[in-house]
Amino acid sequence: MARRCCDEHDRAALLRRVVSATAGKGLPAIERGMPLPAGTGLDRRAFLARSAGLMLAVYGASHLRLPALEEGIASAAAAATPTDPVLVTVFLDGGIDALSVLAPVGDPLYRKLRPTLALPADGGTPFAEDGRLRWHPAAAPLASLHAEGKLSVAPALGYTHPDQSHFTSRHFYEVGATSQELLTGWLGRMLDLTGADDNPLQGLSLDDTLQPSLAAARVPVAAVASPDDYGLWAANVWDDVETRMLDAIAPIGAASVGRGDAALEQVGRPAVQVDGIRRALLPFVPPGEDRPGWTSPVAYPTDDDPFPKRLSGLAAMLGAGLPLRCVALTAPGGYDTHDGQPRALREGLDLTARSLLAFQRDLEARGLADRVLVLVWSEFGRRAEQNDSEGTDHGAAGIGFVLGARARGTMIGEWPGLAAGSGLDDDGNTVPTADFRGLYAALLEQWLGVDAAAVLPDAARFARPEVVR
Amino acid sequence: MARPATRAPARASLPVYRGPFGRPHAERLLWRAGFGPRPGEAEALAKLGLDGAVRALLHPGREKLVGPRPRDAEGHPIAPKDAWGHDGLWWLDRMVRTSRPLVERMTLVWHDWFATSNDSINSSALMLRQNGLFRRHALGSFRELLLGITQDPAMLLWLSGANSEKGSPNENYARELMELFTLGAYRGYDEQDVREQARALTGFAADWEEGKGWVRFRYEASRHDKGVKTVFGKRGRYDWRDACELCLRNPYHPSFVVGKLWSAFVATEPDAATRAALERRYRRGGYRIAPVLDGILRHPDLHEGPRLVKPPLVYVAGMLRRLGRGIDTDAWAWISSLCGQMPFYPPNVAGWDDARWLDTSRFRGRWIAANEAIRPLALDPGEVAKQDPPTDPEVLVRRALDFWRQPLVTDATRGELVAFARRAMGDATEDWQPSYFAPLTENALRMLIAVSPDFQTS
Repeated sequence: MARRCCDEHDRAALLRRVVSATAGKGLPAIERGMPLPAGTGLDRRAFLARSAGLMLAVYGASHLRLPALEEGIASAAAAATPTDPVLVTVFLDGGIDALSVLAPVGDPLYRKLRPTLALPADGGTPFAEDGRLRWHPAAAPLASLHAEGKLSVAPALGYTHPDQSHFTSRHFYEVGATSQELLTGWLGRMLDLTGADDNPLQGLSLDDTLQPSLAAARVPVAAVASPDDYGLWAANVWDDVETRMLDAIAPIGAASVGRGDAALEQVGRPAVQVDGIRRALLPFVPPGEDRPGWTSPVAYPTDDDPFPKRLSGLAAMLGAGLPLRCVALTAPGGYDTHDGQPRALREGLDLTARSLLAFQRDLEARGLADRVLVLVWSEFGRRAEQNDSEGTDHGAAGIGFVLGARARGTMIGEWPGLAAGSGLDDDGNTVPTADFRGLYAALLEQWLGVDAAAVLPDAARFARPEVVR
Repeated sequence: MARPATRAPARASLPVYRGPFGRPHAERLLWRAGFGPRPGEAEALAKLGLDGAVRALLHPGREKLVGPRPRDAEGHPIAPKDAWGHDGLWWLDRMVRTSRPLVERMTLVWHDWFATSNDSINSSALMLRQNGLFRRHALGSFRELLLGITQDPAMLLWLSGANSEKGSPNENYARELMELFTLGAYRGYDEQDVREQARALTGFAADWEEGKGWVRFRYEASRHDKGVKTVFGKRGRYDWRDACELCLRNPYHPSFVVGKLWSAFVATEPDAATRAALERRYRRGGYRIAPVLDGILRHPDLHEGPRLVKPPLVYVAGMLRRLGRGIDTDAWAWISSLCGQMPFYPPNVAGWDDARWLDTSRFRGRWIAANEAIRPLALDPGEVAKQDPPTDPEVLVRRALDFWRQPLVTDATRGELVAFARRAMGDATEDWQPSYFAPLTENALRMLIAVSPDFQTS
């Protein structure tokens, strides 16, 4: 900034300018085409992590009063070398067919119920914990992780009185309760309880839109489609005016918050956060056309779907020390396979599983594997009996996974079989052997260190499986 | 859940807004019932008074498309059925140029209601055919619309209707017919009804031809399950028409239609009397939509109640209408996607989440949309600087608001705009700088106005 402005004389504004100017010294190094910082004694990543953390605090907190601002800076400085556990959730949209992911080829009923969809008895890796089951060939990367003890499988995850509407059942999983009324997500409530007022990256949807599980009532959370693509450009606005313009987005948004109009507030809240996120993500902007915004120590699948790139960006953000706590993504593919199931399921599952394996290897290479657990979930499983369109209709209990170096690697619940009455309910759908709310409670308590009773309604009712080693 | 009364309370009446109806009110009505005003439109509508304005929206006469024809970035005519994203450009153009804003807005409401995605249809021709159905019945009969959509080719593909025959019915359409289209989740039906309705709906067929895709959509009696079904406790040899009629006659249906339509126009919930009166209008009108819309559009809750976030397509079309700009770039295809509402690509069969249009990702999408709307009109600082432009921050704010035809902004927002302009111009200390910073600041103000909460809501 070339010049101090005379009409900004209150102390908060002054401090903010000083701090942003100090932090700004780091900024040129992370702008396009600038040389690496010389003589700092830091490698590039570490250097960026610190400036990014500091910038985030300054801008995320810019609408707060002075004490909160100072606190925000301090906490972000601490967050530059974080050790907090991170939970990543991956949603398989549409209700994935559990009986194809882990196919009960050893059960004679399977072939009767699935005359054309049953997987061959000799295909795919056997599932070591239950001799009746074999992995879908496209799930081979998950089979490898399971063999390494880094994958816990819940083969019949669900809840009693299953709802077969995509939207209702998904809502239950997002809010962490079989309640139509709850509007905050289960991770959003966790962040409301333990999160920071000034760090929208603590609950990050790496998606085109905010994932409902992260919807919070109190603290800020963010949605970013890709960490390398969060610029805000305006035609014929540059120099100091551009900086001033970007600085003005938040106060204009803040002017509409707290006025009692929900619509104004729906626009105002993200407006308050966008510039902080833009600055925090500056390190991930590609320095040139031919260079990515970050480098990964492992190869990810190449695909039009953004999932592998989002995961690789996520590993880079964690590597750079950005203060993330809960991250939500949607897996590639559509799993509402009423017809044409084999191909749709294979393609989606294949890319999802290979991407997750690459992500795990990436975390291991970066030395971050002990900090991250991944929960993979879907809104329900599918009917045991196939339909006539080479597909399956909506079912009840489905499959879920917990993945990571710290995952316990043993089954959550068990596979209940296909017998009417014991394995299947009156509608011919798989009965649950583990409740999703019990799994959430376990992740909250054993992984995130949060009292589940403060987050999940009736948490005491649900048995906690052991999910962390 | 309490069973709804089949007869509304005898004295339930429908309140009508009787306050002043000036430009701000006409402008809100045009945003809610259309895509915002063109220059002068709000003033003209205000002169008609509320009743006249609503009548004009409900009876717009023959459509006139006003303004330049749509072009791609190279100046070529668009190819809606063939080029990726051009189906959406075709529709956006209609939103921008139409003289029947409510018809077009209701077409969008029906698209959101019977949400079908070209993601799995892969045929813009079929999507546009479905779009024509929505437009034809936009203000007409819900019954006709429901019968039409049930046999619509894109819908038959989308919810597996063409892939469902006797012996093994596919539940996909049956479930959403009740859950999302006519009744609401488990209101007046259960899982057994889903299965029985699926049987009733069997009989549609289509053929796949290599190189052509799906062709010959038809009804084949031999594929239909002619047996007796039990639906909502009634028994009969029901077919697909019966399946629709049964839903229409289900006592939960009128409240579903009224509630869903209302929420497309008004931010708050209707009170019980309003609800009952609208349901009565719907039933007595024989499933006609226009009488219900008339009641909603004249209701005090719309005119006096809190604001609504403009859906992304309304936001984008509205900017182009205000600026008198037509479709002259294909960029709107991916920009509408970044904003979270790409036409013909709703996220799933439940449509868009109209309660949550904005987050930090979508906010950035709207920033990009605003920038694209403004970009060709952006002031050239080098040129403007030579003309000794005004440099007073207040004047710059006024000029930027004039650029957007004086949108209504709160004093708080206006105060922040002026504060920004002061800071930006305060940086201009060298003699040559003020006249150069002024157009930069004015360009920035146009952006800040366009992404302000005031401008993104109505």
